[in-house]
Amino acid sequence: MNGPHDLGGQHGLGPVAPETDEPYFHAEWEKRALGVTLSCGAFGAWTIDESRHARESLPPATYLSASYYEIWARALETLLKRHGFLTQAELDAGHMLEKGAEPKRVLKAEMVAGVLAKGGPCDRPIATPPRFVVGERVRTKNFNPETHTRLPRYARAKTGVVEAVQGGFVFPDDNAHGKGENPQWVYTVVFDGGEIWGEGADPTLTISIDAWESYLEQA
Amino acid sequence: MSEHHHGHGHDHHDHDNHFTDMEARVKALETVLTEKGLIDPAAIDAIVETYETKVGPRNGARVVAKAWGDPQFAEWLKRDATAAIASLGFTGRQGEHMRAVFNTPDTHNLIVCTLCSCYPWAVLGLPPVWYKAPPYRSRAVIDPRGVLAEFGLELSAEKKIRVWDSTAELRYLVVPERPEGTEGFSEEQLAELVTRDSMIGTGLALSPEAAR
Repeated sequence: MNGPHDLGGQHGLGPVAPETDEPYFHAEWEKRALGVTLSCGAFGAWTIDESRHARESLPPATYLSASYYEIWARALETLLKRHGFLTQAELDAGHMLEKGAEPKRVLKAEMVAGVLAKGGPCDRPIATPPRFVVGERVRTKNFNPETHTRLPRYARAKTGVVEAVQGGFVFPDDNAHGKGENPQWVYTVVFDGGEIWGEGADPTLTISIDAWESYLEQA
Repeated sequence: MSEHHHGHGHDHHDHDNHFTDMEARVKALETVLTEKGLIDPAAIDAIVETYETKVGPRNGARVVAKAWGDPQFAEWLKRDATAAIASLGFTGRQGEHMRAVFNTPDTHNLIVCTLCSCYPWAVLGLPPVWYKAPPYRSRAVIDPRGVLAEFGLELSAEKKIRVWDSTAELRYLVVPERPEGTEGFSEEQLAELVTRDSMIGTGLALSPEAAR
C-alpha cells in the first residue's frame, strides 16, 4: 500500500537528531509495549507480515507523529481485536469483560530465552530454479497495490542489476493477507542513484533493495 | 540527550505519577491481556532484561573485532554471515538471516529500512529511536551525505556510498574499516573501537586515541 510508512525520498521530515548515549527505553511504557508486542506475537495468530501491514495501515497523521513503540502498540490493538482476543470495550474499560479467542501458545517467562534465541526464520525451499542470475539487468514493476508490499515506491519501474540471489523467502504480499506463504526467490538488486533520483542525484550513490522475484522483470 | 535526562531513562515524562496517553493505553493492554491469561508479566520482564543486558551492540562489536583479526573468519562472514555470527553464539530474533557488508577504501556502506524498522537485533540489540523515525528513513536513501554530516561524518567526495534498504528479511551488519595504529591489539581491545553507529554505517570505528 502507498501508506505513510513508505518514506524513502520524502522531504520535509526534519533532521535525524541522533541522541548521545541514548537509553534503551525512554519511558517505562515502552518496555511494556515491547514485551506485550513480542508476547502476543508468540500466540501464533498472525504473521510478521500481517503485523507490519497493521502498522502501515494506521492513519498517516497518527503514524508520522508517533514513536515506533506507539506504532507497535496501536497496531497490536488492531491485531488483537481482529483476531478476537479482546474488544475495544475492554480496552476502554481497562479490564477483561468477556472471554475471547484462545491462542496456540502463551509465552511464559521460562520460555522467553528459547523463543528469542530461535527467532522466526522465513527462508523456504523453492522447487524451481531462480529466474534471474547475478549480473542480469532487471526492471522493477510499476504497481500500486492497496495491500501490503515490500517494493518501495521510489524503487518501482526502475532498472538495476542483480547482485545476489539470496534464497527463497515467504512472500509478504500474500502472507500479510492470509493467502499463504507462497515463497519466492529474493534478489539483491542494485540501482545507480541517478536511476532512482534523476537530476541532481549524488553520482557516488548506489542503492540496493531486496526484491522478491515477482517484483522483477527482464530489462 | 542532556544532563537533565541523564540517568532517568526518561524523555520528557518527568512526572512519574502522571500517566501519559501512551502509559494509560499500554497499561490497559497489559491489564486486559493479563486478566485473560494471555500474557505473563514476568515474560515481559524477561524480554526487557534480555535487550537491556544481554543482546546489544557489544555482540556486533565482537563479530567485527574477530573479522579484523582473523582473515579466515572474515572470509566466512562474507560468505555466510548467519553461520559465522552464530559460531560466536549470536542467533535468534531479527538475526535469522544475516549479511555482513565490508567498508573498503573506495566504498562506505549505510543501512536503512525505509519501510519499517528492520534492524539486526541479534548483533546490535534494539534500534535507536532515530533509526526508526521518519527523518532517517526518508533521507538515508536520497541524501546519505547530508545524513552522515548530522552524525559528524564527512566522507571524501570520491568515496562511493552504497545504501542497503532492508526491504526483505535479510539483516545487514556493516564491518567498518580497521583503524590505523591497532597492530597487535587483542580482539577485546579491537572490540572497544567498534561503535554501534559504525556497524550501521552512520559512523566509523574509533581510533585508539578517540577510544581513550
